[in-house]
Amino acid sequence: MLFAVAVFAPLLGSVIAGLFGRAIGDKAAQAVTILCMILAAICGVSAFVSLVYGGAQPGTVLLADWLEAGTFHVSWALRYDALAAVMVAMVTVVATLIHIYSVGYMSHERTSWRFFSYLSLFTFSMLMLVTADNLVQLFFGWEGVGLASYLLIGYWYDRPSACAAAIKAMIVNRIGDLAFAVGIALVFVTFGSVEFSAIFAAVPQHMDDTYSVFGTWPAYEVIGILLFVGAMGKSAQLGLHVWLPDAMEGPTPVSALIHAATMVTAGVFLMSRFSPVLSYAPGAMAFITVIGGTTALFAATVGCVQNDIKRVIAYSTCSQLGYMFVAAGVGAFQVSMFHLLTHAFFKALLFLGAGSVIHAMSDEQDLRKMGGIGKMVPVTCTVMWIGSLALAGVPPFSGYFSKDAILEAAWAGNTASAHYGFWCGTIAAFLTAFYSWRLLIMAFHGKPRADRHTMEHVHESPAVMTVPLVLLSVGAVFAGWAFRDQLIGDQWRNFWGNAIQVAPTNHVLANMELIPGIISLLPTVLAVLGIALAYVMYVAVPTLPAQLAAQFGGIYRFLLNKWYFDELYDAVIVKPLLALSRQLWQVGDAQIIDGIPNGLASLTSDSSAQVVKIQTGSIAVYAFSMLIGLVLLVGIFLLFR
Amino acid sequence: MNAAGFPLLSLLIWLPLVGCVFIMSLRGEEAVVASNARHAALWTSLIVFALSLILWVKFDQSDGGFQFVENMAWLPPWGISYHLGVDGISVLFVLLSTVLTPICILASWEAITVRVREYMIAFLVLETMMVGMFVALDFVVFYMFFEGVLIPMYLIIGVWGGPRRVYAAIKFFLYTLTGSVLMLLALLAMWYQAGTTDITVLLHTSFPAAMQTWLFLAFFASFAVKVPMWPVHTWLPDAHVEAPTAGSVILAGVLLKMGAYGFLRFSVPMLPLASVHLAPLIYALSVVAVVYTALVALAQTDMKKLIAYSSVAHMGVVTIGIFTFNAQGISGALLQMLSHGIVSGALFLCVGVVYDRMHTREIARYGGLADRMPAYALTFMVFTMATIGLPGTSGFVGEFLVLVGAFRVSFWLSLLGSLGMILGAAYALYLYRRIIFGRLTKDDLKSILDLSPREVALFVPLIVLTLWMGIYPSSFTGFFDAAVGRMVESHQAAIATPTEIAGILPR
Repeated sequence: MLFAVAVFAPLLGSVIAGLFGRAIGDKAAQAVTILCMILAAICGVSAFVSLVYGGAQPGTVLLADWLEAGTFHVSWALRYDALAAVMVAMVTVVATLIHIYSVGYMSHERTSWRFFSYLSLFTFSMLMLVTADNLVQLFFGWEGVGLASYLLIGYWYDRPSACAAAIKAMIVNRIGDLAFAVGIALVFVTFGSVEFSAIFAAVPQHMDDTYSVFGTWPAYEVIGILLFVGAMGKSAQLGLHVWLPDAMEGPTPVSALIHAATMVTAGVFLMSRFSPVLSYAPGAMAFITVIGGTTALFAATVGCVQNDIKRVIAYSTCSQLGYMFVAAGVGAFQVSMFHLLTHAFFKALLFLGAGSVIHAMSDEQDLRKMGGIGKMVPVTCTVMWIGSLALAGVPPFSGYFSKDAILEAAWAGNTASAHYGFWCGTIAAFLTAFYSWRLLIMAFHGKPRADRHTMEHVHESPAVMTVPLVLLSVGAVFAGWAFRDQLIGDQWRNFWGNAIQVAPTNHVLANMELIPGIISLLPTVLAVLGIALAYVMYVAVPTLPAQLAAQFGGIYRFLLNKWYFDELYDAVIVKPLLALSRQLWQVGDAQIIDGIPNGLASLTSDSSAQVVKIQTGSIAVYAFSMLIGLVLLVGIFLLFR
Repeated sequence: MNAAGFPLLSLLIWLPLVGCVFIMSLRGEEAVVASNARHAALWTSLIVFALSLILWVKFDQSDGGFQFVENMAWLPPWGISYHLGVDGISVLFVLLSTVLTPICILASWEAITVRVREYMIAFLVLETMMVGMFVALDFVVFYMFFEGVLIPMYLIIGVWGGPRRVYAAIKFFLYTLTGSVLMLLALLAMWYQAGTTDITVLLHTSFPAAMQTWLFLAFFASFAVKVPMWPVHTWLPDAHVEAPTAGSVILAGVLLKMGAYGFLRFSVPMLPLASVHLAPLIYALSVVAVVYTALVALAQTDMKKLIAYSSVAHMGVVTIGIFTFNAQGISGALLQMLSHGIVSGALFLCVGVVYDRMHTREIARYGGLADRMPAYALTFMVFTMATIGLPGTSGFVGEFLVLVGAFRVSFWLSLLGSLGMILGAAYALYLYRRIIFGRLTKDDLKSILDLSPREVALFVPLIVLTLWMGIYPSSFTGFFDAAVGRMVESHQAAIATPTEIAGILPR
């Protein structure tokens, strides 16, 4: 079956390149992985086309049993429906282009077979994630994506910053994953199955189930929140977003893959996949909207002041993911998938374009040291303009259709949280346009700020890099216009089938047509204003940014330091935990637990000295005594209740 | 007669001792004796392994009871018999022991240079004891093997260990023996009550509720030390650090499973009321173990100690699973035990690889090995991922099933008990980063060699097992599904009708 080939071809490429890459050499490894990817893309696209246009029936490809314990049963199976097919087609196409681009970008690397093996592994994991037929298999892909991102972010393992970023990505993701895993357990307890069709079929029966944690809640709300916390980790939403900007420590094609096709979109996908259940969890949906809106705004503010070209784009991803969650939160899952699709094209384009800029500038990433290279790298400059126009939502580029639809859906959602999401998203739209043009102007226009040596070496990238850029820019221009009516039009059921289900009371999509003209025009107007502001600040009055930064130093530093999230986590979580771990080891284990036998022995001979010793003043000792006391209390209580 | 047609289990137990006798009879020059002893031990263990595969093939997975049973009267006046048999719960541990023993012998091939003959004898005796312990169906037989394991292990640590080996060996011995004394008392009490030491009979004996509590606590004293549970775990890091590589492998791989096996074989089925009654205590200790030892592992500077602490955390997950009393939890615990047996054993082998080359376990002495040792880096990565429970590796399935099982008990048990997902990733990746990643700056590492063919031969079967258990665990769960199902059923029945009459032997 085509669909299975699309999923497993990248795995084959990855295994061959990974195990034999050293033996067969870089060129062969690249060829193998790219051939497998092209095969996957052809199969993926034809599976998509035959499902949506060719009348193929959605279904399940059963591969094997996986897990069995009592009534808990999990199989390896691929789910073939519109949601999976659309994602498979998108992921394979974008990932193939990124593979090809990487041939040029990584041409100076010694061991690029490792890189290509990881890239294909990454793609395979994402494909397993989107085609999963049950939550546990989805979790397999989910964690596989985490592993591949860890390997790729840490690709240059001799750089301490890359190692740190890789570990950070894995651990922050795992925090979300824990919630996700517990959520899966709750789904199993509620529905008696983790298989999607069984779960969705049983949705009406368990509508009134409740679950008690911090008070009693409808079970669907708890499931929704737990799964969303998992999605927050993977999709870098506020609080668990800290790994994403650091993830750019990996080579640039990796950033493109992480930010566009794979990984971060997994959370949004999960929300859509679980739409039949989430639709009946209004509280969780409101929570999703609020977090999404806040992230959209937060990341946009940070993006406005960053100086690293990749970091600006990284925060824009964070912000755009926020938009997708706003759409999911108001029940417009189709719209969030639509934005996911268009975003995949223009964000891959922007990252690969940024890679091309970095390539041209002899590995310089600081926007302050760029400028004036537009004429020297015409293709890169053009595609970056296209990507930015799409990102900012200027008509008729793809981002315009999807972002506008999200804001309209938020307005049409007509609840307090939806309004909050609307206003966050609208302000973020203004900021998005501003930082996009700030980036464009600082990178390509104005006077060159790089040294002469660098400027002499500025060159357009080779065709192997520019052709994927051009192809992606076609997507960035037309994807919105081409898919709009099918994905979010009146007849969306024809396209999505049963893959996305919404509550019968959900009329967001229909209401989008009814909103006032001024509201639907507002984001576009703000986007144009944002571009104008960027023009004023960086072309007309170039001294203005420095003045503002000096005038509002506090705000500027707050934004520049990304709202101090890293510092906060470091001070509140990381440092105390590390200190505690040392204390537990050296005091808890070495002195107390091992000390008890010795202590007992000497207690009889010299009890007074021991009493003094007990009051050591060390917090760890007291914490430890409390721990033992707690265990004893629980024990005694249970024995004599 | 049993399914094999001959006394298979007895053969598995006693064959290694035959090998010992042969090795003892070796005479001649020291180097020749050493070489012959190595080969003799390897072949003995391989034959035992090949024989044990009969269990894999012939075991009837649909039968939840004991199979390959051998029963001979031994001391009839006291109701003691030489009774052996395996069920779904023990069969895979027998196989785990027979798989790991040849690997351990191969791992010691070059690392052990003094008293090779005695070392090989100790390992074969150890195999006898381990297999005997898992197949014993009589309390007295069980107790003999259970305690017997201590002796060769004590010698392996104490004779072939590191600089502080004597301290570590004595600590190991005292800790585990102290607990065992209490278990002996419990055994005597049960024998007094039931009039027999036959485990199959005792499994259907109802003990009065009050007595169950005391028996449970006595068993607990012994098993908790063996697992080891917090706060009686401190013997383990010392024992691991001082033990030779193969000693650590077998300690982590099999010996740590003895405690959990004891809980499954005795505490839960024989003392159901006390188990339910005291389960929250186990939960509390296990959750503390998961969090506490994971944090301690984070601070370690010695590779072996770090992995030793991670073992305690993983076994915390096992004890949670056992005491959820549902199919998911217990199956998960069993899978986690098997997985941990392979993965942590493999991790100790990974440490052994670089220890053999550099003679230090100090993490700070390494860094940047990926450049010189790509095959080693890949191997280490596989087991690091397995230890943090990445789906597709064996570490995931057990942990995840325990999470599901624990969730049926309580949200918080499931959430807190799974904190290892985060903390485990932290210490394991941090370890990997410090050893494999980074720039290779230390001069003495610049000529370090990648895995030798012998080492590849050690790791390949373990990698295959790790992925096999991760991708298609049904081959393994099939063995114990029926037994676990039966255990859960009879447990629920026992809870539902607490009988007050003691000493009756139904069926």
